[in-house]
Amino acid sequence: MQRILFGLAAAGLALSATPPANAQGSIKIGLIMPYSGQFADAATQMDNAIKLYVKQKGDTVAGRKIEFIRKDTGGIAPDVAKRLAQELVVRDNVDILAGFVLTPNALAAGDVSEQAKKFMVVMNAATSIITTKSQYMVRTSLTTPQVNEALGQWAATKGKVKKVYTMVSDFGPGLDAEGAFQRGFKEAGGEVIGQVKMPVANPDFSAFVQRAKDLNPESIYIWVPGGAQPPALGKALAERGIDPKKTTVMGQGEITDDAALKSMGDVALGIVTAFHYDPNHQSQMNKDFVKAYNAAYGRNPDFFSIGGWDGMHLIYEVLKKTGGKTDGQALVDAAKGMKWESPRGPISIDPQTRDIIQNVYIRRVEKVDGKIVNVEFDKVENVKDPVKARMK
Amino acid sequence: MIGPVIGVLFDGFAYGMLLFLLSVGLSVTLGMMNFVNLAHCAFAMLGAYVTVFLMNDLKWPFLATLPFAFLAAAFVSVLLERTLYRPLYRASDLDQVLLTIGLAFISVAVAAYIFGTILQPVQMPPYLRGSFNVMGVNFAVYRLFLIAVALIITLVLVLALEYTRFGAQVRAAVDNQRMARGLGINVDGAFAVTFALGSGLAGLGGALAIEIVGLDPSFAFIYLVYVLIVVSVGGLGSIGGSFIAASLIGISDVAGKYYVPEIGAFLIYLVMILLLMWRPAGLFGKR
Amino acid sequence: MSVTTEPSSGPYAYLKAQSRWRVIEVAFWLCTLLPYFLFPNYLVLASQIAITALFALSLDLILGYAGIVSLGHAAFFGLGAYTAGIASKYGWGEPITGLFIGGAMAAAVGFATSFIIARFRHLTLIMITLGLGLLLHEAANSAHFLTGGADGLQGVKIWKIFGVFGFDLWGRTAYTYSLIVLFLGFLLARRITNSPFGLALRGIRENSVRMPAIGAPSRAHIRKIYTISAAMAGVAGALLAQTTETVALEVLSFQRSAETLIMLVLGGAGMLYGGLVGSAIFMIARDQFSGINPQYWYFWIGLLLVFVVMVLPNGILGGLKKLLSSWRGRS
Repeated sequence: MQRILFGLAAAGLALSATPPANAQGSIKIGLIMPYSGQFADAATQMDNAIKLYVKQKGDTVAGRKIEFIRKDTGGIAPDVAKRLAQELVVRDNVDILAGFVLTPNALAAGDVSEQAKKFMVVMNAATSIITTKSQYMVRTSLTTPQVNEALGQWAATKGKVKKVYTMVSDFGPGLDAEGAFQRGFKEAGGEVIGQVKMPVANPDFSAFVQRAKDLNPESIYIWVPGGAQPPALGKALAERGIDPKKTTVMGQGEITDDAALKSMGDVALGIVTAFHYDPNHQSQMNKDFVKAYNAAYGRNPDFFSIGGWDGMHLIYEVLKKTGGKTDGQALVDAAKGMKWESPRGPISIDPQTRDIIQNVYIRRVEKVDGKIVNVEFDKVENVKDPVKARMK
Repeated sequence: MIGPVIGVLFDGFAYGMLLFLLSVGLSVTLGMMNFVNLAHCAFAMLGAYVTVFLMNDLKWPFLATLPFAFLAAAFVSVLLERTLYRPLYRASDLDQVLLTIGLAFISVAVAAYIFGTILQPVQMPPYLRGSFNVMGVNFAVYRLFLIAVALIITLVLVLALEYTRFGAQVRAAVDNQRMARGLGINVDGAFAVTFALGSGLAGLGGALAIEIVGLDPSFAFIYLVYVLIVVSVGGLGSIGGSFIAASLIGISDVAGKYYVPEIGAFLIYLVMILLLMWRPAGLFGKR
Repeated sequence: MSVTTEPSSGPYAYLKAQSRWRVIEVAFWLCTLLPYFLFPNYLVLASQIAITALFALSLDLILGYAGIVSLGHAAFFGLGAYTAGIASKYGWGEPITGLFIGGAMAAAVGFATSFIIARFRHLTLIMITLGLGLLLHEAANSAHFLTGGADGLQGVKIWKIFGVFGFDLWGRTAYTYSLIVLFLGFLLARRITNSPFGLALRGIRENSVRMPAIGAPSRAHIRKIYTISAAMAGVAGALLAQTTETVALEVLSFQRSAETLIMLVLGGAGMLYGGLVGSAIFMIARDQFSGINPQYWYFWIGLLLVFVVMVLPNGILGGLKKLLSSWRGRS
């Protein structure tokens, strides 16, 4: 028995042997994402975009090679995310922490970024307060209030809608979105005639749609997490007889993403959404991006992809600016105020909050050349995150 | 207001029928052999992916894919039953749980590998889309179809159980396995066929579920909880029990969300706990 | 009943023999010190393994010894985590008393629910525990003014242990702290199972109908062990909240209950060490597999589970025991 233990210890020693010394000067980026589990598709899309960027721009910046270490959180698991971030910093000596699809994970890793003074790029997680967790953190995706407050204000003014019924999922992001939308809507003179909160794990929306229908609203605002729920809700709306051409149906862009549109089909025509990115955005840069993405991965990019793409762009640009220095303070200072043209449009990093400033596009679902797509018909320019703006 | 309530109840009942199709196989196999098969929803997922593949890649019409969803799930279940499940019939509950969860994990990874993590989009044929409007209430065509399929299958199952020899053997085995063996009934053989049937039905249920709840690799686990609720509330080994439990759960879930949305999420669990406390063996259970 | 047993035979001698420390047990605990020297970069993982092991141990008390299969035990884990976290958010960040507060809260709820639990068995019991766990999860989600909801609890700040040891990036403090608590919990579990009470529990597991016939108050016993187990799970949860300074809804989730059940059964239930061994193996395997292949590690874990079931019934320790006894029997 003692011999077995000794053998195990020896094996353990072999396993713990430090990895081969890295090529002198390579820059290590730790990617923390939910590669497995419910949110795996988001990680797939984000990772695809990262790989595509490196393929197009090469894997050397400022004379140093870029190396990735990928870690899986398995889903919402802040204790795991924090541990992975700690291990990346302590064991693998990464220079930059990146990725972060889910808010609780980003918040937990933020602690590590602050403690270890590591530059951190959040490529998706959308809750406002995330960037306040560490002064070395930057975000390249969106914030929920940024998009939804803009939609609320637009709806009550240019959208010419005076009354709305809101339906959101009863958890953090949904409540965030509801609050932001209602605030923007009311401040612009609109009236919220009723609201309902739906359970997160909700396969069947009929009851809630019926409640909405009972009040015969002029418009309905919905927020549900991406994935299976948007098409289910869209179909429920149709089944209960709510026609988007008569009752304005509004929401955040993920409810009309590619997969949702394919599942809903004609039922989706007329839905108005606000978002920061759509593969159908009419710019040459985006057309090239979408083409390259399709060639590499056989599907369209989505907002997870654009967060990853712009995150990588930011990393490359700040590294060029610091000449390859990976000190957290230097990198974040280089990032503040940076502006560039992204496939989504013009974006920049707010020097005060280190969060993203971008255009919010208002789109409607229409049939173009036989395909059902989001068509941008209006935009709100250079939107800052309103929550942090109010915190001053 | 009666009008909107009818629409809501209709949707709830249809949802319940979907749960019934997914659960009936597990209820019978659990009641018959006491084998805890937590990979049941993985068979449902298999049927669903077969349908998606046949429709999207081979352009088959939806209805034609359904028998194949059933057969594919049944076939795989036979394979697994012969190799992995059979040695564990006498094993402890926990070992069965471990084995079947391991299989479910493997199925999730395989699905992600072959089909990717993306939500699978499917378009129903035009005659199954849209809705009827009867006296101001909308009835979705697809849900009518779902209810029709579930009722037909229920009828077939009940008739088979009551009026065929095989059905009698199954009933005997569920009631008292030892006695049935003692009378010379080939319980293991009957179980193998029942297991295949139950898994096939799960596959069919999975294929039908895509339109309502969507399909991605985590399907195997998400619906497991609902299926377990239906099975335990309905009573092990009882088709009628599963039917009633599924309808009850579907309707109370939807009605609860309509009238009192604040407790919408809690209701289904509360109902289950209270029902089980009142009738521990389920509504029609035999223990 | 007068006791006239001689020390060398009878039930008390049996218990005494069981509670002697065997060499392999001492070796096991000495091995838990190895990470400091062999794997200094893995201490955070080690601390999380220790915490999960403590939770698995609490599950073993009710599952392995009393035969109660619970799919909702994470409810107590989560209760302990949130209690300790919320206490620190509102000003009381002292770690050791935090553990007591978390454990006490979990014990209170455990005691209350034990009245329901003790009345049912088999699938009914499994489903009721599942339902209660899911209810609590929903409640925590709804009460986001208290728990932070889906974003997780913010503002958890834990003071230094004894005013000296802060939680560092390397996890040294975290691991030492968790390991000591695990060891103390283990001593308690050992004491309980190697006592007349422990024997009674095993009797209940084997044949719950017979026990009252021989005068053992089985329902009271079940309530007692359930409460103790809940307290232990609560302490484990509080540990997690303190060492990571985060608490999210997943501490209450069905996934956590199910995973811990798997780890316990993997290691072997009813042997005290099964939960510890199972947790270590599962979490190390998951860490390594997901490092190699983040997207498909589920496959390898599933394969591991199937392999263990087919080849090693009664878990890894059970299989090893059988191997050992057949080897001893032969020689």
